[in-house]
Amino acid sequence: MTTEPAIRAHALGRDFTLSTGPLLRRTRTTATAVRDVTFTIAPGETVAYLGPNGAGKSTTMKMLTGILAPTRGHLTVLGLPPSRRRTALAARIGVVFGQRTTLWWDLPLRDSLALTRHLYRVPARTHTARLDHLTHALDLAPFLHTPVRQLSLGQRMRGDLAAALLHDPDLLILDEPTIGLDIVSKTAIREFLLDLNTRRNTTILLTTHDLSDVERLCRRVILIDHGTLAYDGDLDGLHALAPAPRTLVVDLQHPADPLDLPGARHLRTQGPRQWLELTGPPAPAIAEAAARHPIADLALHEPGIEDVLARLYRRPT
Amino acid sequence: MRLYRAVFANGLRRHATYRAATAAGLLTNTVFGLINAGVLLALFDARPHINGYDAADAITHVFITQALLAPTAIMGPPLELGERIRTGDIATDLMRPAHPLAWWLADDLGRAAFQTAFRGAPTFTAGALLLPLDLPADPARWAAFTTAAALAVLIGFALRYLFALAGFWLLDTRGLASLLFLAGPAFSGVLLPLVLFPEPLATTMRALPWASMIQFPVEAFLGKHTPPELAAGLARQAAWAAALLALGALATTRATRKAVVQGG
Repeated sequence: MTTEPAIRAHALGRDFTLSTGPLLRRTRTTATAVRDVTFTIAPGETVAYLGPNGAGKSTTMKMLTGILAPTRGHLTVLGLPPSRRRTALAARIGVVFGQRTTLWWDLPLRDSLALTRHLYRVPARTHTARLDHLTHALDLAPFLHTPVRQLSLGQRMRGDLAAALLHDPDLLILDEPTIGLDIVSKTAIREFLLDLNTRRNTTILLTTHDLSDVERLCRRVILIDHGTLAYDGDLDGLHALAPAPRTLVVDLQHPADPLDLPGARHLRTQGPRQWLELTGPPAPAIAEAAARHPIADLALHEPGIEDVLARLYRRPT
Repeated sequence: MRLYRAVFANGLRRHATYRAATAAGLLTNTVFGLINAGVLLALFDARPHINGYDAADAITHVFITQALLAPTAIMGPPLELGERIRTGDIATDLMRPAHPLAWWLADDLGRAAFQTAFRGAPTFTAGALLLPLDLPADPARWAAFTTAAALAVLIGFALRYLFALAGFWLLDTRGLASLLFLAGPAFSGVLLPLVLFPEPLATTMRALPWASMIQFPVEAFLGKHTPPELAAGLARQAAWAAALLALGALATTRATRKAVVQGG
């Protein structure tokens, strides 16, 4: 049991058939959403599944949860083929689609959470203990009795997370769990997920466009682009894959012409402040700048994961 | 079974949250009932007996109809399932270890139970207080009516479930909706009692499922049938409910297959 991977995808692919044109002269074309994806996720891992819009992220998520059957390849989740064993799998995984909700819109959050007990046949005592824990960990108490339609997005998302976790799943699949949330709500959800992974060893797979989610939560990144795997490894390796240059920001005491420094390329000027992209080591450029102008301040910016991904996404395939 | 009892309870409670809508619906049902009764009283004043109906039967028909409108949802609203199919929220529903037909039936029966208690019964009571309705003294007639009304709710659910699932194959179900919610009131006996229609139209209408939702339960209430006729009518209702629910189960399998295999 312990050696069985949480997810095993081998040469996984999914096509969609599109019918276009008038009824009698329909032409059928095949669009490939996922071409060929192979990866394995071990129990207890936290993995970010990244890619630009249309890369095949959501299609992969739908195949993992069994609501879409693969066109080709081999897929098991917790040892089960998802689309054929959808309901058996549903009892063992938790799923949150950030833009959809499973909660009852008109009823207090409490009622939706109570229903999961019957949905997953959880003994009453176990259910109560888990609900108490989640109420505390996700700070649900202030709105447990509020109808879901009156909840803020951040509250609703915490409610959806609780609903997905009350049956204590081994694997949590999150599709953009922090979409539209403010920084406080985002942080609360990230810390909660981190704690869940550490204490319960719950495997977490998430897609996101918010890269601070990735930096805080995920030790491993899988990057998908045009339906194929572009990268699978840790965050540092991702930086190495598309090295983004560091940026030097120079605040001069007075506005000046664009600086021409060794190992640096001028990007832009705003009053006395200038941005330069470093192509070599920073020391000679800084020394040269200081020799020419009186300098008020200096800053060196490391490239963020956004810059790395922006470079990767723009790369032609 | 516990799950569906819980879904039923949630379905009931969530309708209970809309108190103003319930009060407005109750008022509408009563006012329309009075208007309809007024029209039919004028008609029966000119012709006291039409195909077995007299004036008291006609106004009782009107108020039973108004009381059954909300529980059977014959003029809507459609199931929320349709909207979930259109928006794609159905994907999260497919993740639940529950059968969609049973889930939505439990939810809709919760709605119907609430509507019966808080719209149907008060509407009929208002009618009975304002007009000389024909109230059965025989408990057997009440029992027959209750059974017929319950089967009518099942048929109403099955029709709306099939309509909602049509969203898997049709991009836009609004055309079908207007057809369905026009056919419903006309063919069931909501607009006019079916006894007022000429032959062979009346017989044709009685053969369709909608007649089982209003006309037959009304006649069971009025005691218009001999025991064998009553049994046959209930059997016809049960057959419609069973056939439409079976079709719903088949459509569910097909729709799930289409969503999972073809991708929606």
